Amino acid sequence: MMAVHVGRKWTVRRVLRWAFFLAVVGCIPIILGESSYHMYVATLICIYIITIMGLNLTVGYTGQISLAHAAFMGLGAYAVALTMLNGYSFWLGLLLGVLMTFGAGLLVGLPSLRVKHHYLALVTLGFGTAIYLLLCNEDEITGGFSGLTGIPRPSIFGLPISSDIAYYYLVAGFLVMLTIISLWILNSRWGRAFKAIRENETRAEMVGVNPLAYKLLAFAIGAAYAGIAGGLMAQLMKFIDPTSFPPEESFWFLLMLIIGGSGRFEGAFIGPVILTILQESLRGIQQLFFVFFAAIALLLIIFWPSGLAGLLDIFFQKVLKRPPPRLTK
Amino acid sequence: MNNILEIRGLRKKFYQLDALAGVDLDVREGEILGLIGPNGSGKTTLLDCITGIQRPTAGEVRFMGQRITGMKPHTIYRLGIGRTFQLVQLFPEMTVLDNMLMGIQESKGTLLTRLFRRDETDDINKALGLLEFLNIIHLKDELAKNLSYGQQKLLDIGMVLMSDPKLIMLDEPLAGVNPTLGKEIAAHIAELNRQGCTFLIVEHNMRVVMNLCHRVAVLDHGKKIAEGTPEEIQNNEQVLTAYFGG
Repeated sequence: MMAVHVGRKWTVRRVLRWAFFLAVVGCIPIILGESSYHMYVATLICIYIITIMGLNLTVGYTGQISLAHAAFMGLGAYAVALTMLNGYSFWLGLLLGVLMTFGAGLLVGLPSLRVKHHYLALVTLGFGTAIYLLLCNEDEITGGFSGLTGIPRPSIFGLPISSDIAYYYLVAGFLVMLTIISLWILNSRWGRAFKAIRENETRAEMVGVNPLAYKLLAFAIGAAYAGIAGGLMAQLMKFIDPTSFPPEESFWFLLMLIIGGSGRFEGAFIGPVILTILQESLRGIQQLFFVFFAAIALLLIIFWPSGLAGLLDIFFQKVLKRPPPRLTK
Repeated sequence: MNNILEIRGLRKKFYQLDALAGVDLDVREGEILGLIGPNGSGKTTLLDCITGIQRPTAGEVRFMGQRITGMKPHTIYRLGIGRTFQLVQLFPEMTVLDNMLMGIQESKGTLLTRLFRRDETDDINKALGLLEFLNIIHLKDELAKNLSYGQQKLLDIGMVLMSDPKLIMLDEPLAGVNPTLGKEIAAHIAELNRQGCTFLIVEHNMRVVMNLCHRVAVLDHGKKIAEGTPEEIQNNEQVLTAYFGG
């Protein structure tokens, strides 16, 4: 009998999906042309997708809640910025950022064993706020509110990545790599255990799942994703200050995930793409924009809790008359 | 015959209430032990204390000679005690096959091998075999939440069987299922027992208890009031009083 693996078989559809994904990511600069504003938005979207992919693992798949993701992003960004401003390489900074956010994720995950739902949301929000205040007030290290300026762009094997397009491709490379890793984790026994905790924690414990280990992992991996995204963000902005990563940004991330489809792999892509484009194109209406989004989010949560990914399912079932693709098991 | 499970002086206090007031009970290897008693007599609390969901106030539980009181539920499961719940507890948004695989994956290897070792052939074949045995093989790719209540009960038992537990505790396996399926479940239990599984069954259906179990223990107000063969229990004055009043 053929060996059966945790992962999935390479079907034609799956190959086509990957080809489509790579083509879209690869062709964006060609489609959008030389405009550096467009490249900025495209890069920003990729960075948000990385963050939301991490958030999806913690919130969507493991069923925990994190309002500390903006803080994780901030930690990653400051790690990279400070390392580079002290003359070390981007890669060292990113490594430090990942280690720091992984550790911070473990720390935030600890209370998840005792508190759940709203209470956990408050604990993580508290942690996020603490990090924010730390970034504001430790001005000898972080520069406080004046921020850190002149963060240089990285180089690969001595080749500087100076142009916006080159930087986009660097971020896109990270996106593809992190997508592969995320899928690899979610389609392993870990992914199954994460979902089991989300579905029924008591029963999961009763079939041998150590909830502490898996919850900590879910938080730590989710945080590390945000850390990488933060490091890339510091490079994109070239300037960061604490207000780039305020605690309320975490709510925005959660909104992106819910609108995209929490617990659905494609949700982490749909949410950031749509919300970032809308946000950028609606800059004119300023604050009204949030009223607009609150309304959309409320309607979605009431009538369509599975987000836009759920709408895709309907499209597949009703229009194409075939079962919707499932990217993770 | 060896005792696979030994409970000594187990006590569980909820505020002023003695849910368990010092229970001594042995489960012998290879038997089907029925645990009966009126509502609120402490049957489920006893199972909770054995499986580590509740921490007993006093007393101890030994499983195959090893003291397991105070251990975490997931450790106790890995030692070989499987348990189902009074109300089915499944992973509703996961497929039947994934539910089954959850029953074994944490009992093997380490945290890291669970990420890196991706071959699952043996487990999947075993799961398919068990689903076949339980007659729900045709539903293997269905989400657990779409199964009927009876099918969910079968899946619940199947999940526990995945790890070849040495002792299986079923909390009212026949409650809420139709008589035909009830007979089927009882037949499955008898068959598994012939293959060497030890059972501790909480059940209200007396006919099944009397036919299926080798021995029966009766709880009332957190105390064991009787223990013996089904015939002995049926004629025990104290038991009749507990059930029907004096």
